[in-house]
Amino acid sequence: MPAGDPSRAGLCHRPPSFWVCSGCISCSSVPAHKRPFGFPSWLARSCLENTDPRTRGRGIQLLSQVLLQCYSLLQEKEVLHLVLFYENRLQDHHLVIPSVLQGLRALSMCEVLAPGLAVSVLKAIFQEVHVQSLLQLDRHTVYSIITNFMGTREEELKSLGADFTFGFIQVMDGEKDPRNLLVAFQIVRDLIVKNYALGPFVEELFEVTSCYFPIDFTPPPNDPHGIQREDLILSLRAVLASTPQFAEFLLPLLIEKMDSDLQSAKLDSLQTLAACCAIYRQKELQEFLPSLWSSLRREVFQTASEKVEAECLAALHALSACLSRSVLSSDTEDLLDSFLSSVLQDCRHHLCEPDMKLVWPSAKLLQAAAGASLRTCHRITRSVVPLLLEQYTKHPQSSQRRTILEMLLGFLELQQKWGHVEEDESALLSLRAPVCSVVFSAMTDPSVQLQLVGIRVLTVLGSLQGFLSPPDLELVVDHLLRLILHEEDSQSSEAAMEAAGSLAPIYPQIFSGRMVPRLGEELQSEREEEGSRAPRSLQQRCLQALAAVSTHTSIVRETIPVLLQHLRRVQKGSEAGNAQDVVSVCQSLHRVALQCQQDAESCWYYHQTVVPCLLAMAVQAAMQESTHPLQGKALLEEEALAAMVPVISAASTHLSPELAAQSVSHVVPLFLDGEVSFLPQNSFPCSFQPFEGGERLEAQRRLVALLMAFVCSLPRNVVIPQQERLLRELLALSCSCNCPFTATTAAKCFAGLVNKHPAGQQLDEILQLAVNRMEPGLAEGPHRTQALTLLLWVTKALVLRYHPLSSRLTDKLLGLLGDAELGPVAADGFSLLMADSPDVLHKGCHADVRIMFRQRFFTDNVPKLVQGFHGAGPDVKANYLKGLSHVLNHLPKPVLVTELPTLLSLLLEALSCSDRVVQLSTLSCLQPLLLEAPQIMSLHVDTLVTKFLSLASSPTMLLPYKARVIRALAKPLDDKKRLVRKEAVAARGEWFLLGSPGR
Amino acid sequence: KVTGVGVGVGVNASHPLTLEELNVVEQVRVKVNDAESTVAVEFTPTIPHCSMATLIGLSIKVKLIRSLPERFKVDVHITPGTHASEHAVNKQLADKERVAAALENSHLLEVVNQCLSARS
Repeated sequence: MPAGDPSRAGLCHRPPSFWVCSGCISCSSVPAHKRPFGFPSWLARSCLENTDPRTRGRGIQLLSQVLLQCYSLLQEKEVLHLVLFYENRLQDHHLVIPSVLQGLRALSMCEVLAPGLAVSVLKAIFQEVHVQSLLQLDRHTVYSIITNFMGTREEELKSLGADFTFGFIQVMDGEKDPRNLLVAFQIVRDLIVKNYALGPFVEELFEVTSCYFPIDFTPPPNDPHGIQREDLILSLRAVLASTPQFAEFLLPLLIEKMDSDLQSAKLDSLQTLAACCAIYRQKELQEFLPSLWSSLRREVFQTASEKVEAECLAALHALSACLSRSVLSSDTEDLLDSFLSSVLQDCRHHLCEPDMKLVWPSAKLLQAAAGASLRTCHRITRSVVPLLLEQYTKHPQSSQRRTILEMLLGFLELQQKWGHVEEDESALLSLRAPVCSVVFSAMTDPSVQLQLVGIRVLTVLGSLQGFLSPPDLELVVDHLLRLILHEEDSQSSEAAMEAAGSLAPIYPQIFSGRMVPRLGEELQSEREEEGSRAPRSLQQRCLQALAAVSTHTSIVRETIPVLLQHLRRVQKGSEAGNAQDVVSVCQSLHRVALQCQQDAESCWYYHQTVVPCLLAMAVQAAMQESTHPLQGKALLEEEALAAMVPVISAASTHLSPELAAQSVSHVVPLFLDGEVSFLPQNSFPCSFQPFEGGERLEAQRRLVALLMAFVCSLPRNVVIPQQERLLRELLALSCSCNCPFTATTAAKCFAGLVNKHPAGQQLDEILQLAVNRMEPGLAEGPHRTQALTLLLWVTKALVLRYHPLSSRLTDKLLGLLGDAELGPVAADGFSLLMADSPDVLHKGCHADVRIMFRQRFFTDNVPKLVQGFHGAGPDVKANYLKGLSHVLNHLPKPVLVTELPTLLSLLLEALSCSDRVVQLSTLSCLQPLLLEAPQIMSLHVDTLVTKFLSLASSPTMLLPYKARVIRALAKPLDDKKRLVRKEAVAARGEWFLLGSPGR
Repeated sequence: KVTGVGVGVGVNASHPLTLEELNVVEQVRVKVNDAESTVAVEFTPTIPHCSMATLIGLSIKVKLIRSLPERFKVDVHITPGTHASEHAVNKQLADKERVAAALENSHLLEVVNQCLSARS
């Protein structure tokens, strides 16, 4: 091979063979230590031996670049030669060193590196290179070499012993670049965590890292590396808190920095202390406990910053937890005990001054320590709780008592955390009588605030198992009952109900035996003295309390009959306005239903008891109405029926499919065939035929609402008997009924069933039937509105499940926007399509709802809306805008912000539309845009301001937006563009003046 | 970058000149430091016993608060040596709570708003 012929070098074509020296003459002429194995001699002579260090550097750079590409293909022997070569080159001119390091980095990634070479490379680097005088990138290369070796040759490096540690200390000493520091900290952490020998260099290692503490680093603007201050803080903390060996150096540093004026330094110190406590033992902490405690105490007592306070408390918690964890050997002092003694000594007396500033800081410190472990909790409550009880009696003022009771609550809540432990309880158990008397006194205090705290304490006490004795519990129930029924302030009575609700599952017997009967009597007694009617509010409270306390199966079995009994009485009553009473009972029943849903047994009991009973009452009322139409029936008013819907729905959604099937086999025949046999008290004067025609059956038809509540809530896999027939009946009813309530309900029921109907020919047929009925209905005749309602609901049902027919129906709806009579209703219908409906067609009742249906509807239909708007006559344009703003209003905000700019001009037009609904919903659409896309909005600021100002001619309408707009406009004040800032200033100034005096 | 905002505060409708025209506020006495988010405005009352000094100062301050991004700390004070009760006025203007309280007084707010809207 002719020496010096570059074309023979084959750099690009055959890199591996490039390293196999063919034994050319020239090779032997260059000494091996100056020429790597296989390096082409022509190149070696021209570059590597060149006397100019720059040229040598370029040669080595070339070699290193090649190595970085193909290090994985090298043979062990080749690597050996290359390593020897590179090590030797470390002594070369400083201009060459960066390239040498690159080469070594490539070699450090070789898997075939022979044992001993890693150590020799590192030794050479430690010895020959003064790392901190290199550039940032080259220092980074050194760290990478070390990291690579630590990753693959841990054992080998460990054989170096503490020399490795010392070498590294020298490498990183003085490092300033945050990118390098992140790597260096990681290396130190690995040194410690992977048990490299630190030898006598613990303090040096600590010094070389702790000198950066606390981190004070602000990333330069437009920093491309994205290193945040927080990254450095966390990575340094991981080093400092990695070993107890640092404790003797670190703890004094932390104590010093806690005293710093810089809040960030304080926070960092406190967080680092908390992190250290996770691995320290009492040995490391012992010496510093007094100063740590005094620093923490000082900070909590003096600071105005909630953040510092929270971190101090967290640190104290961690300290106490650390001391609690240490296993005691018999001859050492129990540090925890003496530590807690000093905490108690410094804080306890402040608890006696509920009006003073230090009372809460002291309580928080004590609670932070007490929350650390069972032992600390025990020790502190044993000392503090009796003191608080004593102070409660000493201070007669309600406000002071409230403070004391709130502190007591905090300590008892901690007790709750440790649950049921015998030894622990005896301490608190001995205080049972005074604790109870304090709580009861608070609950009878005239101050509502004190009552509220009393109720919360009571709830906690009740959850401490075995704390309250049976006589106490009876008193508890009596107190709660008194507050529920007779306390004037609704806050207290509501809190008492909630407390009853959370205690009831723990003590079901006492609540079902003592509270439920009393509430039932209260409901009844009120009825008997009809003449002097007790305030309706009392009745309301009984109903609410009955619902609130129904949190356990056995109690539900007591409360449901009481509620149903009451409903029957209300229905028999003849006074006006008792539809409202029906609604109240239904609200309570609904709450119970929700509480029962999770428990299969209660759920079935509830369903079996409540649903037939409600149906029976409604059917009976409807039949009486048919025979004696003049007697008004509260139960049949729309309001009452609407309140029964959620009850039946909640009772049915969580049924298991088998039980649901059982129930559906009764309910559907009831409505289709008048099959009443499953109803309680089923002797009715005439037959139940809700789907039959005829004036007198109007009342019966309304009960379709109850059918809807039931069938539309069933799980999708429950087969509904005679579904086709049912659907046809519903369809007929919805198109032909004169009563809007009945027609709408029938349409919703139809839609609810269609949404869950499995796809296939049957569904297509029934949908075709619906379209056939709707189309002529929409075109003309007395039932246009009904047909539109049906169209809306069916469209919604299909849009939700992405049914192909949905687009055809939506187009029909879009067409109706141009209709003079139905246009406005159709426009409002878009809100119905996009919003969640409360009773049918939502996830909770197992409807088929695709998650992106709103976005999809937006993409499919908004262009059509826009097009329709442009083509529409002036009298119907508003309908399109209204439809559009309904669609936009329900779109998720992030989507809205990306999509709106294209629609902006249309929206600006909408602002001048005279319809208030359109104006309001457009303003709500624009608001997020102003906040999040000032760049786009800035182009239109001029128009916007004018439009807003013309809207402002009715300032009362804009006033609700004032604060929001002013807040939103604060952001563009700081925009990059002067024009934007100028307009924002003008707009914001105007908004400030809106509705203010002196305009 | 924010110097262009300008302090366009008119005294009132019967006094048609703006503060700038009256040389109460001059550009050289406005110091803006965008990097540190501070704005300092020195204003020179027309006569050393000007009874409106506090009102003028308050109006300038309110205008700046409404017009500048929240990050700015606004300092409004009297050009040293140009007003009899310079110290008292400065103290009043520097007291955040007093400024807030003043703006809750609807009469005072009315006067300030008049000052700020007169020109538009």
